[in-house]
Order: sequence, then structure tokens, then C-alpha cells
Amino acid sequence: MNGRKSVDQAAAELSAETQASVYHSTKVTHEKRTKLLFDQYKNPDQLRQWAGEVKQHVIDNLDSYLPAVEARMQQNGIKVHWAATASAACHTVLDILVARRAYRVVKTKTMVSEEIRLGRFLQHHGIESVETDLGEFIVQIDKDHPSHIVRPIIHKNRREIAQSFEREGLGAYNDDPKTITMRAREHLRHKYMEADVAITGANFVSAESGRIVLVTNEGNSRFCLAATRCHIALIGIEKIVPRDQDLPLFLNLLGRSATAQELTVYTEFIKGPRHEDQLDGSDEVHVIFVDNGRTDVLESDCTEILRCIRCGACLNVCPVYRQASGHAYRSVYPGPLGAVLSPLMMGKRLFFEKADLPKASSLCGACHEVCPVNIPIPDLLLRLRNRAHVRGVAMEGSPPMGAWSVLASQPLAWRTALSASRVLNRLPTDLLPIPALQAWEQSRALPEWRGGAFRKWLAERRRPS
Amino acid sequence: MSLWSELLEFGEPPRPDYTISDRDQILTRVSKALEKLPNRALMPLYDSKVVIQHSVLAGRDPVEVLGERMQRVNTKLFPNPAAIVTYLESQGWLRGYCAPALWRTFKAHFGPNFKVELHFESRRLDDYQFSITLAGGAIAETGTIILTDEISSSRLSSLAPWAHFAVILREDILLDVPAGIRALGLDRSTIWVTGPSKTADVEGILIEGVHGPGVQGAVVIEQRVK
Ligand code: SF4
Repeated sequence: MNGRKSVDQAAAELSAETQASVYHSTKVTHEKRTKLLFDQYKNPDQLRQWAGEVKQHVIDNLDSYLPAVEARMQQNGIKVHWAATASAACHTVLDILVARRAYRVVKTKTMVSEEIRLGRFLQHHGIESVETDLGEFIVQIDKDHPSHIVRPIIHKNRREIAQSFEREGLGAYNDDPKTITMRAREHLRHKYMEADVAITGANFVSAESGRIVLVTNEGNSRFCLAATRCHIALIGIEKIVPRDQDLPLFLNLLGRSATAQELTVYTEFIKGPRHEDQLDGSDEVHVIFVDNGRTDVLESDCTEILRCIRCGACLNVCPVYRQASGHAYRSVYPGPLGAVLSPLMMGKRLFFEKADLPKASSLCGACHEVCPVNIPIPDLLLRLRNRAHVRGVAMEGSPPMGAWSVLASQPLAWRTALSASRVLNRLPTDLLPIPALQAWEQSRALPEWRGGAFRKWLAERRRPS
Repeated sequence: MSLWSELLEFGEPPRPDYTISDRDQILTRVSKALEKLPNRALMPLYDSKVVIQHSVLAGRDPVEVLGERMQRVNTKLFPNPAAIVTYLESQGWLRGYCAPALWRTFKAHFGPNFKVELHFESRRLDDYQFSITLAGGAIAETGTIILTDEISSSRLSSLAPWAHFAVILREDILLDVPAGIRALGLDRSTIWVTGPSKTADVEGILIEGVHGPGVQGAVVIEQRVK
């Protein structure tokens, strides 16, 4: 994804059109969400706090919740598998498919499958795996990457989509959103009926009942689970809530935070394989609990990020995300969430690869304010910046701060430098060999240097009049 | 810092140990990570009813609330079964499916121009323009239809046709979301339907009917005609 460009480089290269559409849709969703929460509840913050505490409780006690949920699911007739790594997860899926001689799969949107790059893996093994969420379907035919965790093609406009549909033989060019959607409807409903296996994620799993909860607006997950005989759910080990009665709180916050709805249109509660009186649906239900870096997060001092319910609210409100869009983060998880989660999930050994992401934030705190599970994202970003610093990860694009720290710790040197720096006003600063400064100056001009003015003002103020 | 210096600092990447299962590997790592915690977060004492929108319900007739909330999410609530049939006729949707349990309730209203089947054949799912099925209940607070495997024997029948009408018995209307959760019971697969199938993936423009029904309807009845 995007090589090793830093977030601000990627933002600078984004087309004005993409930038405008990302900005607009994130802003609208955010504003609707706020209205919905504050119109209906006297104290919505209290809800976020409770939800955060519930999830933190689960994370702190995963050692007992995981075996408990496993036992429950097995009682319900679900086959439970475990996958420590991305490759283990992919192979577990493949083994199930091979055992059923299945070579056609329909998929709903699951962030875990993005993480483990399941689509590519299955294709490589000759399995047809069709994304059924409209956005993900378009990402798939374009061999692109999602740029938002709830709205995967927030970066695309209708003309690009119409071109892709034409290229894929889904009808002559037509960029009317309704026509695009109806063509996808026709195309995908036959894919559901041909497929043998459905792969989904899970939004929540109740430890008490072993129920898997899945939400979609499109109804594609229901279609997947009505038309096929085998269901594989890829579930991150942090997805558990303790009891069924905790679900109202989470469903409430998820719908409102993700898409400003009181409830997502389709909310499914799956307890196990179908009853014999039911004509449609799965005879076999497999759950694969996936680690893939989550235990690395659990070992870190940032476990709060595991509370995340992938609602996307922090992306929508983030000034950096709005400017940079999702691909700039070079990760499956973009935005403030991704800036914390992505480097952590690389594990200790490869942390440095994404150690620059926590810097893509102005620490304005908006992400914390909107997060439905009350994750203190700015604090976590600071912890990660510190970790990068302690580990001495050099970061491209950071101005060299060494000289600055000498100056700032010696008052005399500082004072001299302040007044001497007036010379800057006469230097062509964009020619200075500091990459960060050059990048910055490409689109802005430095204000005139007025170093020392504050000290002068203060000294005069102190003088008794 | 290069990859090499990272490797020197932290040693070789640990070789996966194929002798222990992924399950043990994950659970061991989880336990190890949690051992270090000085104290673990307690489950907060909160009442799951905190999410109920009391102002919406406030002593009103559940059917009235249901209708109002359904309207907000664009589910059409019809006054009676006959009104559904009239609507179908006005749209020119004459081919459809009716759940056998509801046939007696609807039979008298269908004119001879209708072709209604009592068995949903999923191989021909495009042949059905509408479907009428029995709901497991409804949630007034959110305008939600509850479909259960226990009550409906075909998941596709309520999903694939362009227009779906759910028939709700008045006694099955629940007030709020927590009550809906309590009612899940032993059902293997329950789905809550709050509005027509929809997407806003293309430029944020709302389009209904992306996979499931583009028209979602409902009717509340006192009892089925047996
Ligand atoms: S971090 Fe919070 S706001 Fe961001 S996606 Fe996760 S739950 Fe939503």
C-alpha cells in the first residue's frame, strides 16, 4: 500500500476531488451522529464510559472469557478453530473448503479478512471468493484497498465506479448510483446462489450464549447465510461481550457511531447450524478465533485499543484523516484507530515499520471524544511516540531536533539564537537542506520571524511603572 | 534504523513452534500478558435498560409507536392485510409468495390476476416480486421487525423478493431493544430488520434495495385466520 510514503506526503498528493469527497462524507456522518446521540440521551458520555469499561473488563479477563466462549459455541454445535497468525487463519479456511470440495465462496465485509489478506490467498489457491458488500465488491474488482473501515470506497466517485463496472462486463457505462446499485444486485444474487460457503466476520460474540452478532445495512450477510450450506466466521479474539444483555448498549452505540442510525438495518444473531425444519442456511458453522498480533497489543501498554468496535467515528472526525484519506496510513486500519493499532499489530520486531503513524495526529482529542468505547486515543498515541523514541526509530520527515534540544535547555544560547534568527527573514528558507521544512514550505510560507519579541514585551511589563 | 539493526537488537524472529497448537499458543500468550496486570478492570454495574429511549415510548400505544418509528426508517406500515394487496396491485406486482400459515388471512383479498405461491423455490428467486411472511415479533422503540428461524421456514423468502411484507401479531410487539434481546431465546438464527436493504457506498447517496427488499412493509393483526 503506497510504498513507504509518510502520511503527510500521501495527503499532499491526494487529488482535490478525492480530498473533497472524503472531507464531505466524513463530516456529514459525524454531525448526524452527534445529533442523534445528544437528542436522545441526557448523558451519552455515560454510555460510552460504560461500554468502555465492559470491553476493558473483557480484555483484562480474556484468559477466562476465551475458553468460556469456546465451550459455549461447541455446545451450540459450532466448530471452533484457533489461528495464531494470518497464515494459520488462511490455511484453516482453506482446509475447511477443501474438506467440502468447495471452490465458490461469498464473503461479507470483515476487517480480519483484510488483515490476513484472505482474498488474495484464496484466489491463489483457485477459489472464487466474491465480496458482496457493494463497497468491498468495487474494491475487489478494482484490485484496490479499502480506505475507510465502514465506507471502503469513500475515496472513489461514481464515474470511476461506472468505468469499473463497464470494464467488468456489468453493463454499458452508466454513472447513476441507482443503476450501479441495481446492477450489483443482479450480479451478486446469482453469486450467492452458486456459492457453497459464506465467510463473515463478527461484530460481537456473547460469552453467555455463544451467539455471534453481525450487522449490515445491505443485507448481504443475511443473503450469504441464507443461500449457502457452510458458514465460516473469522473473529478477532477481542470481540467478546460478557452477556446477551450487554448487546443493547453496544448495538445502540455502534449504529449511531458508525452510520448515525438507531440500529443498523439488519442485525443478525447466529447461535448455530440451522434446524432441520429451516430450508435455508448453514449445516456447518465454523468459528476461527484469530490472534494475528492481538496478543502483541495485549502485552503492550496500549491494551485499551482492543476495545475498538470498528465504528469508524474516529476516522470521520479526525482532521488528519479528512485531509489524508485512508491509504495514507499504509495499513488495513487507517485514521486514529489505525495510528495506534497498526504499529502495535506489527509486533515488537516490526514495530518500527509503522512507528511513524502515531505522529499523524495533532492530538486534538476529537477521536477520544467520539469513541463509543471511550478509548483515550491521544494518550495511546503519545505512549507510542515515546516507544518509538526510546527504541530510537529514525523517522523520515521529522525535523532534526538535536540542535533544538541543546538550544532549548540553555537559556543564554536560546536568547542569542532568538534574536540572531532574525536573519531567517532574509534567507531563502525553502533551500535549507531540511526535508520536513521543504515539504512544509511547498504549500505554505513561513511567517516573518519575530524571535525575542515576547521576552522584550515581558521585560517591559515587569518594569515598575 | 535498518531491518538488520532491528534484528540484531531483538534477535532472530522466533520460529513458529509446530508442536504446540495455535490454541495453546494464543491462550498461553494471553495468560502471560494478563499475569503482569496489577489489577484487572471490573465489570461495571450498569442496567442494560439505560439505552431505552423512554421519551419515545412514554405510555403510548405500542402499535402507534411502532408505526411512527417504522416511518422514520422507511418501513411501510399498512392498516390491514387488504391494504397490502391493494398496494401490490397498484404497483403491478402480481407474482409472489405467501407463507402457508398466512394464506387464510390473505387469500380472500387476492384477485384472480395474482399468481401467489405457497412454497418458495429458491432456484427461481427472481420469479417472486413480493413475499408475505410471518414475523416473530417487532420492537416498537426502533421500528424493527423480528424474523426468526422458529417461525419462518425460509430465510430467502423474506429477503430475495423486491417487496417484503412482515405480518406481526399484536401480542408479539415488544417495547424496547433490551426486551428484543431477552426474546432471542433458543432460536438458531434471528434477524432484526429495521428498514429496507440499503447502501450509501456510492458517493454517500442512499439507495434502497441493494441485496434485500427495496420495499419493506409490515402489518399488525390481532390474530391469524386459522
Ligand atoms: S477507536 Fe473508537 S471511534 Fe475509532 S473505530 Fe474504534 S470504536 Fe470507533
